[in-house]
Formats: sequence, C-alpha cells, structure tokens
Amino acid sequence: MTDQLIAFTYLSIVATVAGVGTISLRSPVHCALSLVIVVFHVAGMFVLLGNGFLAAIQVIVYAGAIVVLFLFTMMLLDLRRHEQERTVHRRQIWLAIPIAILLFVEIGTIAVTKPEISEGIKGSFSPATISDLGGSAQALATVLFNEYLLPFEVASVLLLAAAVGAMVLARNPDEDALASVPDMIQDASGLADGDGGQEAESVEAPSAPSRDG
Amino acid sequence: MGIPLNAYLLVGAILFSLGTLGVLIRRSVLVIFISVELMLQGVNLTFVAYSAFLEDMAGSMFAVISLTVAAAEAAVGLAILVALSRRVTEFYVDRLDSLKW
Amino acid sequence: MVSVPWIIPLLPLMAFLINGAFGPRYLKKATGYIASAGILGAFIATVALWADGVGPDTPDHILYRWVTSGSFEIEIGFILDPLTVIMLLVVTGVSFLVHVYSIGYMAADESIARFFTWLPLFVFSMIMLVLSNNFLSLYMFWEMVGVCSYLLIGFWHQRRSASNAAVKAFLVNRVGDFGFAFAIILIFWNFNSLNYSEVFAAAPDKSTELMLVIALLLFVGAMGKSAQFPLHIWLPDAMEGPTPVSALIHAATMVTAGVYMVARMRPIFEMSAEALLIVGGVGAFTALFAASIGLAQTDIKRVLAYSTVSQLGLMFLALGAGAYTFAIFHLATHAFFKALLFLGSGSVIHAMRDEQEMTQFGGLWRRMKWTYFTFLLGGLALSGVFPFAGFWSKDEVLGSAFFKGVAPGGDWPFTVFWTMGLIAALFTAIYTFRMIILTFHGRPRNAELHSHAHESPAVMVAPLVVLAVGAVVLGAVVGFPPEDGFIHGYLSAIPGIVHFEGAGDLTAVISLAVISTAIAAIGIVTAYAIYSRRQPSPEAVAALAPGVYKVLYRKYYIDEIVNFGIVGVTKGIGLILWAIDAKIVDGIVNLTGWIVRSISTVTRRLQTGQVQNYLFLVTAGAVVSVGAFVIFG
Repeated sequence: MTDQLIAFTYLSIVATVAGVGTISLRSPVHCALSLVIVVFHVAGMFVLLGNGFLAAIQVIVYAGAIVVLFLFTMMLLDLRRHEQERTVHRRQIWLAIPIAILLFVEIGTIAVTKPEISEGIKGSFSPATISDLGGSAQALATVLFNEYLLPFEVASVLLLAAAVGAMVLARNPDEDALASVPDMIQDASGLADGDGGQEAESVEAPSAPSRDG
Repeated sequence: MGIPLNAYLLVGAILFSLGTLGVLIRRSVLVIFISVELMLQGVNLTFVAYSAFLEDMAGSMFAVISLTVAAAEAAVGLAILVALSRRVTEFYVDRLDSLKW
Repeated sequence: MVSVPWIIPLLPLMAFLINGAFGPRYLKKATGYIASAGILGAFIATVALWADGVGPDTPDHILYRWVTSGSFEIEIGFILDPLTVIMLLVVTGVSFLVHVYSIGYMAADESIARFFTWLPLFVFSMIMLVLSNNFLSLYMFWEMVGVCSYLLIGFWHQRRSASNAAVKAFLVNRVGDFGFAFAIILIFWNFNSLNYSEVFAAAPDKSTELMLVIALLLFVGAMGKSAQFPLHIWLPDAMEGPTPVSALIHAATMVTAGVYMVARMRPIFEMSAEALLIVGGVGAFTALFAASIGLAQTDIKRVLAYSTVSQLGLMFLALGAGAYTFAIFHLATHAFFKALLFLGSGSVIHAMRDEQEMTQFGGLWRRMKWTYFTFLLGGLALSGVFPFAGFWSKDEVLGSAFFKGVAPGGDWPFTVFWTMGLIAALFTAIYTFRMIILTFHGRPRNAELHSHAHESPAVMVAPLVVLAVGAVVLGAVVGFPPEDGFIHGYLSAIPGIVHFEGAGDLTAVISLAVISTAIAAIGIVTAYAIYSRRQPSPEAVAALAPGVYKVLYRKYYIDEIVNFGIVGVTKGIGLILWAIDAKIVDGIVNLTGWIVRSISTVTRRLQTGQVQNYLFLVTAGAVVSVGAFVIFG
C-alpha cells in the first residue's frame, strides 16, 4: 500500500516534471531525452498497474526505437545553425497557454469526477486470471491473437507501409540508385526475352544516358 | 491496488495537456513531434489504467495499437522532415506558410 | 407493292454522306456525278412508286418507332398518297436536272465538293419533308430544309452579301417557323397526337376557333417558307447563292414546301372559312405586290425571284379558294418553267462573267441560241400563253378564285382576289418579256462582255432542253382537258380534295381562258412596245414615271421598313435591355462579388498558412466539445 503510494508519487512527479522539460527545454536533444524519462516513468506506472509486458514494450519501442529515431534525425539535420532561433511561437503563446490550461481543467475534471468502476462492467481478466494465464504477456496474447487478429494484421501492414514510405520520402532523388529501378526492370526483361546478352546490351546503351538528361 | 484510477487518469491528463501545449507553442518541427509523443504517452497511460481497473485486455490492446501508430507516425514524419529540410532547409513551422490563401 | 419507298430518300442521303466524307479530298469533281446519280435513282424510285399505283388508301409506310412515351408514339413513317407522289416527282425530277446543270455551272469552283454535299442533303430533306406522316418529322425536315438553304445561299461565304443573305433567309424563316412550332404544340395539346391521320380524323370534332388559330399559325410557317408577304423578303436576297441553288429553292425544294404543307393540312384549313379567306387574300396580295416589283428590277435573278414570289401567291390564292388540285398543278408546272428560267439566266450569267444586271445585257440571242430559245419558251409558259404549261395551271388558279367568288355561297372577296390575280398576270407577262427583250434582243449594251459571250456547255444546255420540253407540254399533258386532266383525276382520288364546282360551266371556263390569254398577249405587246422599239435603255423607261419606278425599284421600301421598323426597334429594345443588364443586373452581381470580396479581405487573414494556427483552432474546438461534455454530459 504505502510502497505503491510512494512509487506512484515518485513516478507521477518525475513524469510530470520531465513532461514539462520535454516541451520547454531549448535543445531538441534535451527534449528527446526528457521524453525518454517520461517514457520510463510511464512504463513504471504500467508495472504498478500489473501490466509488465506493456511496460517492456513501451521501453523498447519508445526509448529504444522512436527516440533513437529522433536522435538520428537530429544528427542528420544541422541543428547548430538554428541555435540562435527562438524556440517558442511568441504570438501564439498567450493564447495557447490558457487554452491548454482549460483543456487540462476539463480533462482533469473528467478524470477526477467521472470514473466509477462497478463490479458489473468489469471484464474477465482479473489479476487472478492473468496470473493463472502466466502473466500479462500471455493475457495480451490471448486477446491479440484471438479477438483482435485482424487489427493486429492491419497494424503490421501499417508498419510495413510506414517503413516503405519513410524510405521513399527520405531518399535523395538525385543520387539515389533506386531511381534506376524501372530501367533495371527493363534491362532484365530485355535479357529474358532476347536471344543473347549482346542484344540486351544494345538496348541498354541508349537508355542509360536518357535518365540523366 | 491502493492507488485509485483517478490518480492515473490525472497523470494522463497532465501529460496530454503538456503535450498539447508543446504542440501549440514550440516552433521546431522536431520538438512538435516529441510533444505529440508526449500526448500519446498520456493517452497510453489512460488506456492501460482503464484496462487494469476494468479487468479487460481491450485497453492494453489499444495501447499496443497506439504504440504501433506512434512508431509508424514517427518514421513517416521524420522522413518527411528529412525530405523537407533537404528542399527548403527550414524546420520552423511558422515560416512554412505556403498554404496561405 | 414492288417499289420500296425508303429508297427514295436513301439515295440522296447516301450521295450526301459519300460526298461529305470523301468529296473534298478524293472525289472533287466526281461528286457532281455521284450526287446526280443519287437524285436520278430517287427519281426512278419515285416513278416506280407511282407506277405501283399509290392510292389514297395506301397505308403509311412505317420505318421505325422513334418515340414511345405511354400512349404517345412518334414513328418515322412515310405517307403515301397521290399528293406525295406528285410532289416527289416534281422534287426529284427538277432536282436531278438542276444537279446535272450544276456539274457544268460549278465546274470551275474549287468548293465543288462542298456544293455537291449540301445539294443532295437539301433534296433529301425536302423528300423527307414530303414523305413525313407526322408533324414532328415534318417540322424536323422543315428545319433541315432551312438549314440547307442557309448553307447553300451562303455558299460563297467569302462574300459579305452572301453570308448576310443566308442569315436573313434563316432569320425570316425562323419567324415563320415560330408560328409553325406553335401550331404543332397546339395540335399536340388538343389532339394528343402528332400523326396526320389521327389529327385529321379528329379535326372535325374540334371548335372552329381552335382550328382557325391552328390553321393561321400553320400558315405563318408556310408564309415563311414560301415567301409570302410580309415574309417574302428573304427570297430575293437568296439570289446570292449559286444560280442552281436559286433554281432548286425556287422550283423544287424549298418554297414549294409551304404550298405542299397547306395542301397537306387541308382537313385543318377546311375547318375554318376565315383561314381560307386569309390564305387566299395573302396569296392574291403577294401575287400582285411581287409582280409589280418585278416590273422595275434590273437584276435578272431578282426579277425571277419576285416572279416566284408572285407565282407562289397565285398558288396560295388557289389553296385559299379550296382548289388544292390547281395549286399543286400550278406548283408542278411552275417548278418546270421557273427552274428553266433560272437555269437559263444562270447560263446567261455564266456567259457574261457573273454579271447579273440586265442593263449590261442585250442582243445575246445570236450568241446563245439554245439558251435563248429555251428561255423564251419558259417565258411564254410563265406568261401563261396558250398552249404552254403555265397557261393551263394559271388559268385554273384564276378560275378557281373567280368561281369561288361568284358561286352561290361563295366568298365575294375572292372576286377581288381574282382581279388582283389578273393584274398580276398582266404584270407577269410584261416583266417576263421585258426581261427577255432586255437580255437577248436589241443592241448589246456592254460590247466588251458581249464579245466574250458564248453558249454554255452541253451538260448545262441539256437540262434546259428537258425543262423546256416540260414547260411546253407538261400543262397540256397532265392538265388537259381543263379541270379534268390526268393530274386532277389523280389528285382528286384523295378524299377531301374537292373537284372544283365551276367545272361544268363551259362558257365561263372558256371566257376566262380567253381573258387570261388576252391579258398575257397585252402584257407581251406592252413589253415589246416599251422596250423594243427604238431600244430605249431601262433608265429611259424609268424616267417616264420616276416616282412609281423608284418605289417599285426599292421594292416598296419593305426592306427599309423592316430595317428601321423591326430591326431598328429590336435593336433599340436590345440596347435598353443591354443597359439594364449591364447596369442593374450586372451591378447586382458585381455587388454580390464585392460584398464577398470585402468580407474575405477580413476573413482570409484567418488563413495564415501556419500549421500551428490551425492546430490551435483544432484544440480550441476540442476544448469546446470536451467542455460541453463536462458541463452537460
């Protein structure tokens, strides 16, 4: 009881402070690192809530993948050039702060007043059931691969599309070897139905300079 | 479970509102992205808290999906950012106003 | 039935399609032969149809159902009766000769393919117009005839006057078509059918007033197409087209449409005595009016044009008198001798290097003997000299008016109309021989042109000869004995075409014939007396009565009246309406635009193009909706 309270208090305070840091620190790198702190402490709350598996995923995906991706991007961009810039949108800040506070008041009101969990609406995954199944990973898997198989597959397609999209968007069209893929296909087909390699070469020769010009 | 649900929800609300504020006031596209991730943290926390208190795995399920979306969004968004910075060498959103009129 | 009626329109249509598709690039001069062959085929098919013995009871030949809407049906069908056959014979026969003639006349024109594209289409439209068995397709081909005439009158569209004439013809016809369209709408409204047979069957049950209105509206259409006063003004200007086109318009394919239409609609016109009286009155007036104008014109084609208007007036006089047979008879003979005269004048114009003014002609008969003799025969026929074609038909037309006037129960105004017709006949004889004398006799007034004059090629002379034979004998062959000849018997088989009531009175008939022959003789002698002795120029004759001459020469100032009265007023109204439109209507529109623009100068500042401003608005919206949930939910 008290352990949990202490843990929760610690986690929530650090998460909030780190959250404030995330949006207020000057350097984007510091912002990203603050986000890592938030992520870790939210993961801790997941553990408090008895969902160890999701906590692990949270740390791996956010801290391990997303934030690292951010840091990589920052590395690609020349951030020092922008060090003298203002970080805050000054014209909007006087409107944005009140509206954010208002939003917080509203959501907070809901968070504090509304939720009342009665026994009747509870689902079938009580902590006892979860431990019977062998832990939160097993419980999540039971649901994920039975009830939510289709959304799971859709999510995997989404990830694939994002991976391909990111590659397509981020490549440099001028020097990218991928630009010659159609030509490569053409050459390959010329090899396939031609009598020999010589004819294919003669096809290839004029097509090569055309894509540069 | 001694900590009431409301406490978790309140932390979620704090994180979400902070994220919103960050999206609204920061000029750098990167930091705006990070703020969006912060908002997602708040949402995820709410999902998982409800999942635990309702004793239903659907909430955790949504947290997983939301993680997926966050990852995809970060990948695509940052790729756009790289492409953008290559073309206009600019990532302060208040200067990118060619959508005007 | 051996013959197939759809062949008749099909062949000209095919000629049109072939010449239209391949003419300009591949066929060029061959288009003339293709078109002529198509028309000849149509003529032969018509003869076959005639030989089949088409009677009044021959059922309509239905090609296909065009529109089926509930109980309302429109078919593309052919009406086959003696009236149709006579019209088809005239149309295809004369058209064929005109086509052959055109091969020679248009040989030097570089747009010959275009000419022979529109010419068969013109004939096709007219054939379909005659064959139509319902009002809708009648109207459709009525319009197509108008379009073709527009295209052909404006054939030499490089000439400003030609394109103006084409537009004028089109617009004046439109006035008539307006009435025609209105009549058709009224017919559909009241009869719920557009089929001739159904409408005619139901016509006697309707009120006289309704029939009067419908008949008059139909007559307005006929006036436009057949150039009756005051819608005659387009026809003389239509001279701007190539001469064969004029021949076609005047003889076969256009102006006869109005006469045919009134004859076809006789069950409707019969329902209203007033309508017939108006038809006859307009016809008689036009006959006299146009003939008097013809006296003073110096353009050879213009004389012929007013002659046509005048002769058409006579046809309407006969229609008004209820003598449909005579009207169609006169239409047929007139088609021959008017085509002859036009083609003859074309031959002269051709020889005189496109000069049309008679003041430049004179003494041509030695150089163009064939043209001269055929032209003379046509002139005799037009003047109504015994025994040429015009005599028989014109005599009967005037006779019908006379008997209609004096017969017991007849309408006395027709006596007046008869007098007007007689005077018109006198004028006709005078201007015809004035034209012949000025053109072919006397000393050459333009020696240079005269020295180059030559006879036209055989391809142009041959149709003249054929037409001349027709102009000489046609009246006697089909119209003898008077009022009981072949054409009368053939047409009177149609129920409702009355055999004329005065036919029995032999003394009256003979005395009328004597009168009209005497009048023709007086006219010819007058013309000879004025223009041949001592060979005065037309200007010298004009000087005898300058006022009258001027009025006649200016065609009673009808064009000027139309220009200032109608066109000017229309333009004035248009200017006023334009001002209203430009200032008030456009002002309102501009004001709306200005208001919107003023508002948007303010509101477009919302569109900053900055993502965060938009995001802010999104957040604000979220705050509002969540707030609503907190407070009310």
